Formats: sequence, structure tokens, C-alpha cells
Amino acid sequence: MISFILIILTSLFFGGIIIRTKSIASGRKGPGILQPVKDVIRLLKKGAVFSRTTSFIFQIAPSIYFASVIMAIMVVPLGEYKGIISFEGDFVFFAYVLGVGKFFNIIAALDTGSSFEGMGASREALFSMFAEPAFFILMGSLALLTGHSSFQEIFASLHFGSYISYILGVLATFVLVMITMVENSRMPIDDPKTHLELTMVHEVMILDNSGFDLGMILYVINLKFAMYGALIANLFMGTFPLYLTISIFFGMQLLFAIAIGLLESFTARFRMNHNAQYILALSSVSLLIFLGVLLILGQFS
Amino acid sequence: MQIITAFILTIFLTILLVPFISVRWKGMVTVAAVVILAALSSVIAVEAMSGKQIEYFFHGSLVTKEIPVRVDALSGFFILMINFTFLTGAFYGLQYMKAYRNQKANLALHCISYILVQASLISICSLQNTIVFLIAWEIMALSSFMLIIFEHNKRDTLNAGINFLIQSHICIMFLMLGFIWVALKMNSFDFRAITAYSTSNSLLTGFALFFCFFIAFAIKSGFVPFHTWLPYAHPAAPSHVSGVMSGVIIKIGIYGILRMLLLIKSDYLVTGYVILFISLLTGIYGVMLAIIQHNLKRLLAYHSIENIGIIGMGIGLGCIGIGKGNNALIVLGFAGALLHTLNHSLFKSLLFYGAGNVYQATHTMDIEKLGGMGKPMSHTAFLFLIASLAICGLPPFNGFISEFLIYNGMFTSLHSSDKALLSWIVCSLFGLALIGGLAMLCFTKAFGSVFLGTVRHHFHHTPKEVVIGKLIPMYAVLLLIIGIGLFPKVLITSFSKSVSLFTGSDLSSSHLPAGDALSMIGRCAAAFILLAGVVYFIRKRMTVNKPVEFSSTWGCGYVGSTEKMQYTASSFIRAYRKLAEPLLSIYKKKKEIKGVFPGKGQQETHPYDKTEEWLIDRPLQLLKGFFNRLTFLQNGNLQFYILYGIVFITLVLGVPFAIEYFKTLFQFLNKL
Repeated sequence: MISFILIILTSLFFGGIIIRTKSIASGRKGPGILQPVKDVIRLLKKGAVFSRTTSFIFQIAPSIYFASVIMAIMVVPLGEYKGIISFEGDFVFFAYVLGVGKFFNIIAALDTGSSFEGMGASREALFSMFAEPAFFILMGSLALLTGHSSFQEIFASLHFGSYISYILGVLATFVLVMITMVENSRMPIDDPKTHLELTMVHEVMILDNSGFDLGMILYVINLKFAMYGALIANLFMGTFPLYLTISIFFGMQLLFAIAIGLLESFTARFRMNHNAQYILALSSVSLLIFLGVLLILGQFS
Repeated sequence: MQIITAFILTIFLTILLVPFISVRWKGMVTVAAVVILAALSSVIAVEAMSGKQIEYFFHGSLVTKEIPVRVDALSGFFILMINFTFLTGAFYGLQYMKAYRNQKANLALHCISYILVQASLISICSLQNTIVFLIAWEIMALSSFMLIIFEHNKRDTLNAGINFLIQSHICIMFLMLGFIWVALKMNSFDFRAITAYSTSNSLLTGFALFFCFFIAFAIKSGFVPFHTWLPYAHPAAPSHVSGVMSGVIIKIGIYGILRMLLLIKSDYLVTGYVILFISLLTGIYGVMLAIIQHNLKRLLAYHSIENIGIIGMGIGLGCIGIGKGNNALIVLGFAGALLHTLNHSLFKSLLFYGAGNVYQATHTMDIEKLGGMGKPMSHTAFLFLIASLAICGLPPFNGFISEFLIYNGMFTSLHSSDKALLSWIVCSLFGLALIGGLAMLCFTKAFGSVFLGTVRHHFHHTPKEVVIGKLIPMYAVLLLIIGIGLFPKVLITSFSKSVSLFTGSDLSSSHLPAGDALSMIGRCAAAFILLAGVVYFIRKRMTVNKPVEFSSTWGCGYVGSTEKMQYTASSFIRAYRKLAEPLLSIYKKKKEIKGVFPGKGQQETHPYDKTEEWLIDRPLQLLKGFFNRLTFLQNGNLQFYILYGIVFITLVLGVPFAIEYFKTLFQFLNKL
């Protein structure tokens, strides 16, 4: 329960910190930390314009997308404190429930019959498909290392000891950060600030959404960031007392948000047709982690 | 015993009755017969599912000897599954076939074949005498051939049917080989002789025997590389037949593999690894080809191959569990496999029925021509959507439960520290996750381009929603799909007896591995549905007084008609196609737009199957080339043919004679 509240809290200012970091990096003052939330609230109060081509899918998809991310957040623990939902193999549920949201997002884009939105949908489907194996191999390796198979048990018993395990921690963080960027369609996979439909991934899928729906979709990005940030923070938590855990959590989230801001300021977007290969290469980083775990367990001796 | 007699009597009576009644009643009588057969066999099956081994003996003839009929929990499970899909198929088919009422004789044959397939499938699950088993198998193969070639005036259909017929006989050949092998050694036609033979011989013998059967059953169920008949047969058949075929007829192969695993005692660890490898290949290959298909039913057929792969993964894990003596792994593997068998029979038949609705409304299965069907056919679209979500293994539906069990099996086996096993498990994790992602790409394409957007093609009749008679069986399937998703624990406990056949010990519901997780998933699924509903309700309440406008889709300022501009299925998967091209064979025809005043540009892609190219087409070509060299023998001269006859007769008579002669000659020379 505590992790759920913390993630929701973080999501309120996560997007703001990224924007602020980017502004400062480019020599501007930038908007306030809560500006993205204010934008969303303004959108929630607005009416909507729907495409004549769309059917009931377009109406229900944003709600289901939102619900799926909330559901996934419920699974995420905070160190040794369980999430609202916790069972053996809960990260399978985590990945697949996010998949439901993605599925609806994609078909909603196809529902508009647009010449652009299918493009974004196609890319989103392809990229997230390649990111999935990396996540599962990562979780498999962690499960092997700790001998448990639920988020909370894995994170609670994840202790860093030898040199190899520190490298593993770094690699795991790298994989999770990259998965976050893929799932949220941010740099270096996709540039949310681009103004050309042909080069967008996520933005082009939601061209026809407006009003309340658009507000939900935009807020989901913040929620997802905070959710993956929480996963990364969990890697470093272990079993500290609660006040320390919470401060580590916020510290990590802050660091993560600033890191994303810097990453977006100083990297260029990859070439679109090389993205898929790049994302698939994430799986090989996960495999490295797996080999590292085997090393720790002494399978090679 | 009375039940079996009634069962056989019903079959004969219906077969005799159907050809002589009017067309209106043919369908009714068939459905009634299917219901009666299902009811009769379900009585036995339910009893068997509760753990009772049911055994009857027929006297049989001099050739077959005694015929044992044994129904255990495994047979019971498959019989129940077959019955359910055949029932929905029959009710759906009753409406579907109304369009073909003028083909009277053809319909009679179709009805008879349908009943025969159901009866023979049930018999295959329960008969345990090799000769009678083969006869039932042959009846099943021939009558499914009849079902496939219903539209036999189309050339493609006939080709697909003949392809099926040939390959199913290759399957029978392997079955016969295995059975003859055992019968020769043990002089018995009872299935128990197989167990006796494999326990009294070396592990290698058992292994070879198992793989003889495995190839046979793999052809039936469509494991790569034995799958090539499947993508032809499914699109050719009428939709209810495709649903039944993909749902249960190919699953009889899975039944066969499971049965042989129970009967043959061999090296389970190696068997498990081999099955896991083949299944992984099958799963990934199947879905990779499914994505690039242009024909909706062909796409679904390739998806059956993928799902067979997932089922096989479960079986492979279970076998490894037996080899390692890991009870939790056995239960998770086989429970996952059995549940996925059931799940696939549900959502795949629903998808085929949905495809049938679209076909009867538009008379095309070409995805590129369809589009925007969601508006006129909202029920079909809704049902197809749920089935698509379920087949992608997404919660809160049933597909997730079985994939979860298999994932859980993999994570369970991670705890045993064994390098070979660990690397296999990581490969399978990678594979299963990739299959999930690819399936999502495939079904967003299929659903999106068939039901969403605007119409891409103008049809003679405007498509409209199908009659309620077709929707009722579809909603019945839907209920089960959601039911399994919400109450997975109940279902798993109900067939724990079938799983415990593999563990050897009885399995109580409280001791079920992943039992807590399953009941938790059920609750999470319900919570998810509820949450989505609540979010939607809040949205509805919040926006009720807000202005809503309807306008055209955003096209960078262009507001004209966009039906030709909207993204097509081919372009949706183009990025994927470019990546996967080296692994697949896709034939392209392209006419580029050139010059200052360009003419028409054109691009066509024809997906083809690389395995088929290498394993079927090339050898056939070589064989043809070889036989072509012998054409000089067939020169049309009667004199030559008479000469061949004489040469043949001389050889037949002369060769044994010559051998005998040389034998005596050698003996004579030896004596010297």
C-alpha cells in the first residue's frame, strides 16, 4: 500500500523535474515543477472532439490504458514492504497487464483510420515487443540469484556483496532505464518534442485524442515513469527501516528524473529503422546479467 | 456398457437417417445427434475426471483380439473438451450452412462427416487396442478430409484437402510403424504391451519408440517442421469446421503425445529437452509467419501452430520435471499444457467463428480489403476482440492463466542448479516473452485492419451483423473464456486428477503449486475489470456536460476522404517484415514510380513458408526430376508394355528360382 501511495505522489512532480532539468540544461528558466499536472487538470475539464471514423474502441481504450497502469503500480513493492498485490510470479502479471494497456492503445490508434497513427502504432507494437524478452530475462536472473519469484521477495533479499554483483546492479539499472525509455517512447528511442508526424512514435498515436482522454494518456506517462523509477529504486533498497527506505525512494526518483532530463538534453534520437535492433540488444545485456548471476552462483567452477 | 451401445447406435441411426430427410431437417438431426453423443460420452468422462478408471472389454474378432476401452482422467479431459467445441461448432454451423442449402447431397455428406469426426475423436481417446485405434484414426482422417473439401468446386480447396490427406497418411504410417514394432515384439495389441515393452528394454529403445509416435502426433498437431498441411487446410474449410479443427482435431495429436508419455517409460529428461526445443521453434516460427499473412484464416492457422508450441513447452517442462524428480515442475508444466490446450480450443474456435461471420458478410478473407467492420458488426467485433486479447495471453482472460503456469514452471525450475537446464530455461523465457510480444503485433494487426478504421473496399452488399443463432454459441464460448480468467483455481482443481496421472501421486488442491498465486490472479483479474469500469464511469460522469464534437480524423489539415490513405495491414507490419525478411521467404513484385509524369506504381508481397520450400517443395522437385529421366519407359508402344509385363513376370518367378539355384551351387562348391 505504501509503495502505491509513494508512486502516485512521485508521479505528480516527476514530469516537472524532467522538464525543469531540460530547461536548465538548455539555459532557460523553465516552468514550475507542477506544470505538467496543471496541464492535465486543464485537459480533464475540457470537452472533446472525436473522429467520425472511430468506434467504441476509441472511447474505452484510454480508460483501460489508465486502469492497466494503475493495476501494474499496485504490484510494485517498496523494498521489503509488499505492494497491494503480491504473489509468486507477480512480475509476469505486471508485464502482461501493461500489455493490455498497450494493446488498447494500439488498436485505438488504428481505429481512427488515419494515415499517420498506424505508423506510430506499428512502431510501438514492434518496440515494446522487443523490450519484453529483456525484462523477463532480467527478472529470471534476479529470481535465480535470490531464489524467489515475486517482486517483493526478490527485492527484499537482493543484497550486493561481491564485485560482480555491483556490476550486475549497474547493468540491471541500465536495462530498466532503457526499458522505461522504450515503454514511454522517450529519447533516445523517440523524441516527444518532435513536430513532424512521420518521426513520432507515441505522440502520433494520440493525435486524435482530446479532452479527458488526452489528459489521462498524458498523466499515464508520469505514472509509468514513477513506476519504473520505483523498480530501479527497489534494486538498491534491501532491508532498511522505513524512514530510510522512503528517503532512498525519493532520492532515487529525483536522481532518475534528472538523469532522464540530462539524457534527453544531450543525446540525439536514434535512426528510426535501427531502433528495433538496438532494443533487441537490450536482451543481450540482460543475458550478461544472467551470466553474471551464474558466475556468482559458482556454476562455472 | 449400455452407454457405449447407445453411443454406437446413435451414430449408425443418424448416418442412415441424414441422407433421406429434407434439407431443413438435416442440420437439426445432426445437431441433435451431436448433443446426444456429447451427453453420452460426457457422462463417462465426468466420472473418469473424478479419478475413477473406467474399463470395458469388447470381445473383438480373431484379428483384433480383445478390445479394451479405458477412460482415465486424461481421456476424460479431452473428451469433455472435444464435446464442448463440437457442440458450439454444430450450433454455429447450423446457421453457417444455411447459405449452402441448395447443395443437398453435399450437405448430407458434410453432416455425416461431422458426426463421424466427433465419434472417432471420442473413440481415439478411449480405445486402447492398436488395430481399432488405427481404424478410428483413419475414420477421423478421412471424415475430416470430407469436412475440409466441402467447397470442392474450388481448386484451392481441393488442393488443400489432398495435401491434408497425404500428410495425415504419413502420420498414420508412423503410427503403424510404432504399433507394428510393439506388436511384433510383444504379440499383443493392447496398449499395456507398449509399457511392458519399454520397461523391459533399454532406455534408448523407449526413446526411439517414443519419437516414432511423436513424429506421427506432431504431424497431426502441427509442430514445425511437420506443420505444412495446416495453413492450407484451415482457410479452405468452412468456418465452423476450421474452428473445430483448430480447436480440437489438431489437439488429438497433443492427446497422443501425452498418452505415449504415460505409456512409454524412456529417458524423460532427454525427451523433455527435445520436446522443449521443437516447441520453442514451433512457437516462434508459427507466430513469425502468422504476422505476415494476408488471409485472415491463414493467419489464424499459423497462430494455431504457435499455440501448439506453447502447449509443447508445457509438456517439455513437465517431462524435464519427471526426469529431475521435481514434483512442482511436473504439475506446473502439465497443468499449463492441459489448460492451454483447453484455452486454445476456446479462443481459437471463437476467432474462427468470428472470421466466418466476416466471410459471410463480405465474401473475402483478404485483410487488405476488409476494414471498418466494427461498426456494422459490433457483436462480432466485440467477440473477436476478447478472443484476440485472450490468445495474446493478456489478463483478465484465460490465455494468461496457462501462460502464467508455464512461466511459473520455468521460474520454479530455476532453483535447481544445473547449467544445461538453466540455459534452456533462459532460452525458453526469451522465446515465450518474444512469442507474447509477436502475438500482440499480430492480433493488433488482424483486429485493427479488419474491424477498425474505414472500409477499404466496396462490397456488393453492405455488411451487416449476423443472425442471433450464430452469436449464441459464440457468447457461450466467451463466457467460458472469462470464467476461466476469473476463477482459475476452480478449474485447475477440477482437472488435478488428469495432472496427477503424471506425478504418480495424488495431488490435493491445497498442495497445488502456484495455487495461491492462481486464486490471487483470479481476484486481480476481477479487480482489473472493476477498475477499468470505474475509470470509464468516472470519465463518463466528468464529461457528461462537456461539449462533444465529431469531426474528421487529423490528416495534417487534409479533410477529404482518407480510406485510401489510412494505414494498411501490410504497412503496419512493414518494419517487422524488414527485420524478419532474412529468416522468412517473402516474394515481392514491385513497380516503382518513375519519371516526371509517373504511371501507376504497384507493390505485391506473397508470404511463403521457408520450411515448406526446403522440406516439401525441393525434395518433390528432385523426385520429379529423377522420375522424369525414366519417362522413356512410357513411350506409348503397346509392344513395349507387353515386354515390361513379361520382364516383370520373369523377374518375379525367376529371381527366387535363381537364388535357390545359386544357393545349391554354392553348397555344392563348398563341399568340393
